[in-house]
Amino acid sequence: MSKKKNKPLVKRRAIREAVLHGLARRRRRDRLLRLAGIGAIVLGLSFLAVMLVSLVSLGKSAFWQTHIRLELTLDPARLDPQGNGSQASLAAGDYAGVIKQALRARFPEVRKRREKRELYRLVSSGAAWALRDQVVADPELLGQRRAFWLLADDEVDQWFKHGEAGGVRLSERQRHWLESLRAEGAIDTFFNWAFFRNGDSREPELAGIRGALAGSFYALLVTLALSLPLGVAAAIYLEEFAPRNRWTDFVEVNINNLAAVPSIVFGLLGLAVFLNFLDLPRSAPLVGGLVLTLMTLPTIIITGRAALKAVPPSIREAALGIGASRMQTVFHHVLPQALPGMLTGTIIGMAQALGETAPLLMIGMVAFIVDVPQGFTDPATVLPVQIYLWADSPERAFMERTAAAILVLLLFLVLMNLVAILLRRRFEKRW
Amino acid sequence: MAIGDRRALFQSVVETALAAGDTAQPEVVESALGTPFLERKVSLRARNVNVFYGEKQAIKDVSIDIGKRQVTAFIGPSGCGKSTFLRCFNRMNDTIEGCRVEGEILLDDEDIHAPEMDVVPLRARVGMVFQKPNPFPKSIYENIAYGPRLHGLAASRADLDELVENSLRRAGLWDEVKDRLDAPGTGLSGGQQQRLCIARAIAIHPEVILMDEPCSALDPIATARVEELIDELRERYTIIIVTHSMQQAARVSQRTAYFHMGRLVEVDKTERIFTNPAHELTEAYITGRFG
Repeated sequence: MSKKKNKPLVKRRAIREAVLHGLARRRRRDRLLRLAGIGAIVLGLSFLAVMLVSLVSLGKSAFWQTHIRLELTLDPARLDPQGNGSQASLAAGDYAGVIKQALRARFPEVRKRREKRELYRLVSSGAAWALRDQVVADPELLGQRRAFWLLADDEVDQWFKHGEAGGVRLSERQRHWLESLRAEGAIDTFFNWAFFRNGDSREPELAGIRGALAGSFYALLVTLALSLPLGVAAAIYLEEFAPRNRWTDFVEVNINNLAAVPSIVFGLLGLAVFLNFLDLPRSAPLVGGLVLTLMTLPTIIITGRAALKAVPPSIREAALGIGASRMQTVFHHVLPQALPGMLTGTIIGMAQALGETAPLLMIGMVAFIVDVPQGFTDPATVLPVQIYLWADSPERAFMERTAAAILVLLLFLVLMNLVAILLRRRFEKRW
Repeated sequence: MAIGDRRALFQSVVETALAAGDTAQPEVVESALGTPFLERKVSLRARNVNVFYGEKQAIKDVSIDIGKRQVTAFIGPSGCGKSTFLRCFNRMNDTIEGCRVEGEILLDDEDIHAPEMDVVPLRARVGMVFQKPNPFPKSIYENIAYGPRLHGLAASRADLDELVENSLRRAGLWDEVKDRLDAPGTGLSGGQQQRLCIARAIAIHPEVILMDEPCSALDPIATARVEELIDELRERYTIIIVTHSMQQAARVSQRTAYFHMGRLVEVDKTERIFTNPAHELTEAYITGRFG
């Protein structure tokens, strides 16, 4: 009798031990998987951190620009050639001459022509234009003698920021002059407004991102104006109205494929259709926006459809059951529910478009353009293309500008994603 | 007969029907159309209705008269097509891809499936309450006001306020929500949400209200509330209710129709169906406690 009673107990214990044994293994696997997940995230974050740290350490100096202080004599004879103080006359003045004279006065020991040329090269060619603008704006300055902070050449800038490692093209003599200027505190850095105010330039100290920013702005405006209504309309039609048949399946497959087409292909398409066939202006944000529209459209359609699909069908039934037409059902009930998802998709598509370079190379937005574009048809470049151009330049000062421009681009991308999140929160909070 | 025997009988009947395939559908007994109505008391008249989902036939040759200002219950085992048939009356099946309806359904002698019939006014006349409460994600007020606004039933804001209040009163919800009309309708309890949906349906003064298992997602107390409401609404509206609960059918309806495998087996006065059904399938179902 007792034997019979014991037997199942033994068996049960064996089963329990087997479960416990298996449990340990299961736990180990769980832990391993969790560790792998954490490891992946840590690795990803550390790559991001390395990128950001290197960008910031490279780019932060670009936001400060070196200037040299000189005593200038604003001689009316040189600066007001017609002697009437008119704008035209003032604009025609020899400001570079005034600066050169001041340099000669500061370093009287420089006599030879070659040495003089080296001396003049310490100050940027942009300094004379800045001085002219200042005098034209305030003619009272004429005849005065006072200290001005003049924009230094990019080599001087690099030397001042990075010591002997920078300014590799400076001569021994130039370094000597700079040392004496630094000793008396006549070299200093100021916040680099020009970086945000100027268009591109051959001179690194004059180059700015304003032109690229304006180009990006106009191109994105065109992209948004076209891709949002088109994308939303297409998504609504495909999701809510189109019958499910072979034809709509075909359309759907093609939209999904379009999203995966390399962007350079869209650039070639833009070149062939918009430039060669439609004869639209080259390098224009209008064409850039059109090409980017082709690229973002599939993204917006796909995310829009997903957002519409996520709206519970019971809402549609409720509206239809009460006698709303299909159009009313969509616009009164389904679309408001799907809007946050659609907006997020749109903004992510726009962020993609903002960072896109390849298709714009094809339509000539890679040209060197100094002027800030004033409209949709002015020649322009965009931020990522500007980065590409600067990264290609040999001057050392362009390196930090490249990093700084990347930081600005990243800032805009972060801002756009932030807006997407905020919009999502705001609209979803309603109920 | 013991419950077990009933169950066995039902099973055997069903199995014979299944084994013989399509040809041996439950044969429709002579009294399938039940006790006849006076002509003027008929609200909806369905004749030889067939519904197909693609190749599959969900409703087979169903003819039925629905009486005015009374509750008709559709009962039957799951998948027998009662919900599908219900959705023919306001053409909600139109929204389902690949669904085709044949035959004739007359509402006041107008064929609702006629090509010239517009579904928008039809659905204003034939309202619907769904299985799961589905208030709009808007305020309680907006939930009720949406329909009247859509159909232009209120001339002014005051009119609309009155309409909303009346609808909520008639749905027995007014006292519970009158202080929070601006609160979201989705924030109400399940039973309140369902009554809100009923209020929304009656706000556009329909002639017929279709209810597709309106209490299946509710607890017993909320169910009792809704059943009470259905009983009150019967004075003004023709109501068709699909239900899985035979007790509910017995409690709220005056007529009951039993469906089986896409066919209407029998329809008659409720007390007759539950006490003296004409068809053995009906009897097996109502006594066998098949849900």
